[in-house]
Amino acid sequence: MNFLDLIWLIPLFPLAGAVLMLLVGKLLDPQPPSDVAVAPGVGQSGACAPHANHAHHHPGPLQNLIRLICPGMVLVSFIFSAGAVWQLAHLPNRLHQVIQFTWIAAMPFHMANGHIATFQVDWGFLLDPLSSVMILVVTGVGFLIHVYATGYMAHDNGFYRFFGYFNLFIFFMLMLVLANNYTLLFVGWEGVGLCSYLLIGFYFHKKSAADAGKKAFIVNRVGDAGFVLGMLLMLSVLGTVRFTDVNAALRSGQFPVEAGYGVLTAMALLMFFGATGKSAQVPLYVWLPDAMEGPTPVSALIHAATMVTAGVYMVARSSALFELTPVAGMWVAGIGAFTAIFAATIALVQNDIKRVLAYSTVSQLGYMFLALGVGAYWVAIFHLFTHAFFKALLFLGSGSVIHAMSGEQDMRYMGALKKKIPVTHWTMWVGSVAIAGIPGLAGFFSKDEILWQAFSSPKGSTVLWLVGIVTAAMTAFYMWRLMNMTFYGQSRVKPEVAAHVHESPAVMTWPLIALAAGSVLGGWLGVPKLWTIFGGAFRLFPRWLAPMFALAGSETEHPASTEWSLMILSVAVAAGGISLAYYLYSKRADIPDRILARFRPLHTVLYNKWYVDEIYDFLFVNGLGKGGGSAMAEFDRTIVDGGVNGAGWLTRTSATLSMWWDTWIVDGAVRFTSFSVKLLSYPACLLESGRVQTYALFMLVGLLAFLGYYVAR
Amino acid sequence: MHPVTTVHYLALSAALLLIGTVGVLTRRNIVVILMSIELILNAVNINLIAFSHAWHNVGGQVFAIFVITDAVAEAAVGLGILIALFRNKETVQADEIDLLKW
Repeated sequence: MNFLDLIWLIPLFPLAGAVLMLLVGKLLDPQPPSDVAVAPGVGQSGACAPHANHAHHHPGPLQNLIRLICPGMVLVSFIFSAGAVWQLAHLPNRLHQVIQFTWIAAMPFHMANGHIATFQVDWGFLLDPLSSVMILVVTGVGFLIHVYATGYMAHDNGFYRFFGYFNLFIFFMLMLVLANNYTLLFVGWEGVGLCSYLLIGFYFHKKSAADAGKKAFIVNRVGDAGFVLGMLLMLSVLGTVRFTDVNAALRSGQFPVEAGYGVLTAMALLMFFGATGKSAQVPLYVWLPDAMEGPTPVSALIHAATMVTAGVYMVARSSALFELTPVAGMWVAGIGAFTAIFAATIALVQNDIKRVLAYSTVSQLGYMFLALGVGAYWVAIFHLFTHAFFKALLFLGSGSVIHAMSGEQDMRYMGALKKKIPVTHWTMWVGSVAIAGIPGLAGFFSKDEILWQAFSSPKGSTVLWLVGIVTAAMTAFYMWRLMNMTFYGQSRVKPEVAAHVHESPAVMTWPLIALAAGSVLGGWLGVPKLWTIFGGAFRLFPRWLAPMFALAGSETEHPASTEWSLMILSVAVAAGGISLAYYLYSKRADIPDRILARFRPLHTVLYNKWYVDEIYDFLFVNGLGKGGGSAMAEFDRTIVDGGVNGAGWLTRTSATLSMWWDTWIVDGAVRFTSFSVKLLSYPACLLESGRVQTYALFMLVGLLAFLGYYVAR
Repeated sequence: MHPVTTVHYLALSAALLLIGTVGVLTRRNIVVILMSIELILNAVNINLIAFSHAWHNVGGQVFAIFVITDAVAEAAVGLGILIALFRNKETVQADEIDLLKW
């Protein structure tokens, strides 16, 4: 079977599942009569769904069909993806493009330099090393999360709806990563945004969930505006949006140079702005923590493993552009580093288990952008790859904890759960070790490579490295704070909850185990260059992606001792963070409170997320939005309405005059004429009596008169 | 003994015409008006017969027979109209039927 020519089928399997679910899913999964009355999670947090209505909604037998179809579709996609990637590896140039048909027919237009170009968009798919990594992550991790969700969502109303949206998301995500041009990528880009909105607002009867969905959608639109502008600028300067053409033009310099590098910088920055929206970077990261209102599998799949990495993918895809514009690269690295440390500071003090993970995701995405910015594209994709495993694992693990805790998300009411939910504990332990950066697990390899590139790359600097290493320390600390507050130390579980604590069913634990395995093994595809005792197979990842980023700058020469010492330092920092968290939250649980009392203002600021939401509310929602709105209303009332009302008044006045003229002059003349005719005709009327004999008499008189005249003459 | 001449006939005819005309103009009952019209027609007939006799021309007599036929038809139509009128207005008085005016 030639999987390479069938890559267009890969997105269609989940689409088929989505269409089936959204059209006839309700028949397979009969809903209780009132969807809202027994809806899950009302008055509690969103993820408590599994238990809130346990007594109300028992799944029907046909629900098992959904359990088979939806994850099955993703599994089929994964098999096709794996087959296609396997065959791709045997192509000499590792690039396969399938153009199905012309989606937007050729339209001539003037480019910025006055030349005529044609705007034409294919419905085409491009499989190359970069998109092959993405489709394997999307379908592979996506499949595991689908399986997990069949257990997690089992008792929820709208089971079919959830899986319909979930499959639809996989479809759009695959469109995004398989598209062969920016416009088709944008279709997937918007589609995943839509699915994100639908799934964040899955518990739509809960106001906070509905609001979070809207917030995600609107904030993403702000970024999308940048992306669209960047795309149009690209079209106007390069005359094409197909990746292969754009990259060829940029790499060969075959583009109108008079456009200037400033235009390319603007193009890159606009696209990066789009990426900050989708990938939750400063200043548009605010939607991601709120997105935790969605069910936990959604957080794992969309808001950790796949969708939020779309921006990273897009920037990596545009690497040729970013290579040409060092200023844009500097911004990407700066924003990424700032986001990484900024989000990490917030994660230090949050008490909601999912929020810690949400800010951790923002922080890790910051790392990826830091790598992109310093020109280490393969490292960013590598971190994306490993992060997909361990962050999905951590989210699903937190979902399992929440499941066990009957919906409790506040870590202050957890503790000492290790014995009660051992599988969840051990898999999360693996995930936390991985993200903290302990050698041997996935997070260490990718994160250490990012730190090294930030230090050594020609575009890197000591400052970026310093920010990265401080963030690494914070990452280790907040993850192990989470672990210690959840699994170790004293139990602070509420007594009414404690009785029900139980391990999740196998359908939920097996995906955890699979992801834990990925979190251990994933990193071994890209071991540090210095670890020469391992063969080339352990550097498969950089070799696989090498053709993609031919132009990407090579690192400047540094002695191996520098790299070794930095590596050891980063491991030491991670170990320090873990130990400190263990000491503070398991051994001496009294110290955090004392520290808190000492640094109360700082804690308040961090706990309130640097008040960014409040500042945005003040500046944009109330300031620009409502203030601007009232200014606009005032303008509308006085100027626009004034004009309209003035025109109305003028019309009315002239109409009154016109009516007076009509009534008195025109009508007067008409009525005067008729009146005078009536007056003059009155005598004649008297002759006409209606009596036949009178008429006969007149006739006789006339006759006699004529006779008389005739005779007398 | 004076012979009856054409002038005598003409005098009778003129008298009948005058009586008929006055009857049409003055009588209110439509039946009487119709009878008066018959008088006028008969005055004409006498005229026609008188001249036919005087000039030995049979055309006048033929014409008179036509007029009689015509009179019968006219009477039939007139009486039909009269009955229809009576059914609608319950009157046969000509001065009470005066709707046809301005």
